[in-house]
Amino acid sequence: MLRRLLLPLLLLFASPAFADQTAELLEGLKAKSYAAKIAVVEKLAASGDARVVAPLTAMLNGRLHIRKSDGLIVVLEKKDGKRRFLNALTGEPLGPAKSRSSKKIRVNNRLRGVLRGALGSLTLFSTDPAQRLNAAQSMFKSAGADSLPALAKAYLNETNDGVREALARTLAAARLRHGTDEEKLAAAHILADYPDRGVRDLLAKTAQTAKGDLLVAVKQADASIEQRLAFFDILQNLFQGLSLGSVLLLAAIGLAITFGVMGVINMAHGEMVMLGAYTTHVVQVVMQQYYPGAITQSLLLSIPAAFLIAGLFGVFLERSVIRFLYGRPLETLLATWGLSLMLQQFVRSIFGPTNREVIAPSWMSGAIEITGGLVLTNNRICIIIFAVLVFLVLTLLIRYTDFGLRMRAVTQNRAMADAVGIRSSWVDALTFGLGSGVAGLAGVALSQIDNVSPNLGQGYIIDSFLVVVFGGVGNLWGTLVGALSLGMANKFLEPYAGAVLGKILILVLVILFIQKRPRGLFALKGRAAEA
Amino acid sequence: MISRRNALNTLAAAALAAGVGIGAVPAKAAEDTIKVGVLHSLSGTMAISETTLKDSVLMMIDNLNKEGGLLGKKVEAVVVDPASNWPLFAEKARELIQVNKVDVVFGCWTSVSRKSVLPVFEELNGMLFYPVQYEGEESSRNVFYTGAAPNQQAIPAVEYLMSEDGGGAKRFVLLGTDYVYPRTTNKILRAFLHTKGIADADIMEEYTPFGHSDWQTIVANVKKFASQGIKTAVVSTINGDANVPFYKELGNQGIKAEDIPVVAFSVGEEELAGLDTTPLVGHLGAWNYFMSVDAPENDTFIKAWHAFIKDEKRVTNDPMEATYIGFKMWTQAVKQAGTTDVDAVRQAMYGQKVKNLTGGMAVMNANHHLSKPVLIGEIQEDGQFDVVWQTEGEVVGDAWSDFIPESAALTADWTYPWVCGNCKKPAFTN
Repeated sequence: MLRRLLLPLLLLFASPAFADQTAELLEGLKAKSYAAKIAVVEKLAASGDARVVAPLTAMLNGRLHIRKSDGLIVVLEKKDGKRRFLNALTGEPLGPAKSRSSKKIRVNNRLRGVLRGALGSLTLFSTDPAQRLNAAQSMFKSAGADSLPALAKAYLNETNDGVREALARTLAAARLRHGTDEEKLAAAHILADYPDRGVRDLLAKTAQTAKGDLLVAVKQADASIEQRLAFFDILQNLFQGLSLGSVLLLAAIGLAITFGVMGVINMAHGEMVMLGAYTTHVVQVVMQQYYPGAITQSLLLSIPAAFLIAGLFGVFLERSVIRFLYGRPLETLLATWGLSLMLQQFVRSIFGPTNREVIAPSWMSGAIEITGGLVLTNNRICIIIFAVLVFLVLTLLIRYTDFGLRMRAVTQNRAMADAVGIRSSWVDALTFGLGSGVAGLAGVALSQIDNVSPNLGQGYIIDSFLVVVFGGVGNLWGTLVGALSLGMANKFLEPYAGAVLGKILILVLVILFIQKRPRGLFALKGRAAEA
Repeated sequence: MISRRNALNTLAAAALAAGVGIGAVPAKAAEDTIKVGVLHSLSGTMAISETTLKDSVLMMIDNLNKEGGLLGKKVEAVVVDPASNWPLFAEKARELIQVNKVDVVFGCWTSVSRKSVLPVFEELNGMLFYPVQYEGEESSRNVFYTGAAPNQQAIPAVEYLMSEDGGGAKRFVLLGTDYVYPRTTNKILRAFLHTKGIADADIMEEYTPFGHSDWQTIVANVKKFASQGIKTAVVSTINGDANVPFYKELGNQGIKAEDIPVVAFSVGEEELAGLDTTPLVGHLGAWNYFMSVDAPENDTFIKAWHAFIKDEKRVTNDPMEATYIGFKMWTQAVKQAGTTDVDAVRQAMYGQKVKNLTGGMAVMNANHHLSKPVLIGEIQEDGQFDVVWQTEGEVVGDAWSDFIPESAALTADWTYPWVCGNCKKPAFTN
């Protein structure tokens, strides 16, 4: 109670001009209805008091609380696992916070939008360019008539190119909504240079009510943006096809070795991928224990770890089961299928049936915006690069190393290889291990875009076989071309046929293709093919 | 490998055990315990969701036995694993009822599995408690539906999206996995949107296979669809594993909940547990229960769950609450009927009341559906939901949707004079 009386008093001393008013306004955030809270936020933003940035930011992040003991509005700070309260306006620490000792001031999407806009108008003249950029972007949707002068001033004063560009877009959007007739016309012309979905949305909205010259200008801008977006769509589709192709490549390339080179129908291949993904998870959990925050490092560390674990497991499988089944494809198929079920259940009983979390490093989340209409997601870019690297290393390994030479010798003519002193049984084991290890690498990549669950591998096994068979058995380049062409075909079919029908069409196409060319795209020729 | 001698030994032991069973205490053993069947997948695709429900039933049975059992007898769980294999569900259901002679079954998650066991329960007059939100358009004499019907989840969620607080959406994307639940729900939603004056041109419907993992095209299409100058929202009936890559793609392509909110009907606390939810803050879920609800019953339940599962980090979710309510109702009905006989218990079920976990009261109605509150929650950074809207009281579950012409006239009422799950007039009339 005392504190409640004291606080406005204290603030009065701190900044006599508007302390009283701001603190009083802040109390309004205790309202239940979102409409009332929105009104308060708008008033707070209009007050121009720079100190409201802290509580509004906290509110946006769900950190603005009401302390249960005295009803004071506080900011809950979580740092290094410790929780404490801060004074909402001054940021002065108010001591540690016990759990459930405060109640969160609830925000919903609508309120969040208003908050972003309000914060934007407050930080428009911040000294930090990143903050100004953020402000310019968040005001694009929300800027009202009263923020027009501020935006214009900010635009004129801006020195940073990127921020200036964003401000021009936001200013034009605000003028299109609230400006005079001439300003609206000019804004429509300016916006035509920003081919992104946000502008497209705004223009469509304006076109619903616009008349006369403005309608013509808006329609023109809209048409020119639409045209460029259509072009970007094709590029986007290409990128998506490339990305799907690289995922398929990663999943299939291990199989191209075990199935393609060795001829083992390995139904447990998907589970090797899953083992790789779980290794990533375990490495991350262990690393978090000793070096919290080392997410990038733990991801890099999981690459060799996943390769080793899946690879060793592959060698173990080959030695214990598969080597007894060479030349009996049906039995291999059934045995490896059984193995895959066992592995799934094994992982399920250790890690539980629920998904495991693999945190993505910050540089892998989000997207690169080439322009507003062309967005390339970072994790997909990374996976494309990773897939290409894995493919290159593998090709070089098979082409230029001693082990690669032996491997090729054994697969081309086992008897002759035996005769020149190659221990073919060991080469078999290592080759199988290599294929499994590469599957483990695929698991590391897939943990970034898919579930880490016991079923992870199942989703990829059919696709992998499809790629290997389509590309041509026994040929890594075939796998590369097969994966990329299936990925592209899939992504160009999907917008028209839908995801379900798209998949079916691909399957039908591959079957037809195999009828024509039973050995796939790149068939091995000569004696090896008959063996 | 089992050698022949081992196999013989095993056989002999089994025969011995069976012999003892038949000879010594045949009828008594059956009377001494009350058997509860648990029909949830413990392996395969659905294990991720269903294993938790198996554990929930075991916890409830455990607690019941600690309190002295039921009708003076111990309660025993018979757990089988239908392995996410729909036909196997029917076989296992038959096994539970005919071989194990269970008195009641708690089970199923997907609608396909429920449709698969339905004929078995009807033929053998068993009793199934089905704890998951579903598409409605069904009311079987032998099934009690303790999850939400469409009018307790889908319709209120869409109404919220159309309201001022929800953003005033006037254009909708209906995304779903390709099977019976999403297709039927979306059929109902489309009919509902038509009554609200939303044209077909403003509705986009897309389906994907189970376990779909490449969402790039669909998310890009949603973005395109949403940039036509009309506020757009996504209604997701995507099921199971496919949700994680879907939400990851949403986050990476920078779709913010303020711009295009996604409301999901199959994503709860459990599904979010394996996910970094920071980019998803503000996307919505519609359920009848959230773990974050501040109610004493909920606190007790969460505490009991953590003690039972021995893991403080495990979350609770809506189908667990539905299992909890179903189990409590069944025990009350058994006590009231004084027997576990299916027909007697069924009669005792109607009007049965159990306190739900959100501070209200669940009532079993004559159409075998519950009265439940509808809550809309926004996803938070910690993977929990914050309730942003809820119904004033409980909503009565409607088996037959009023928005589909052919089912609007149908009534489900298993009490006199109707005694029917899908009739236009009572079966018993004077």
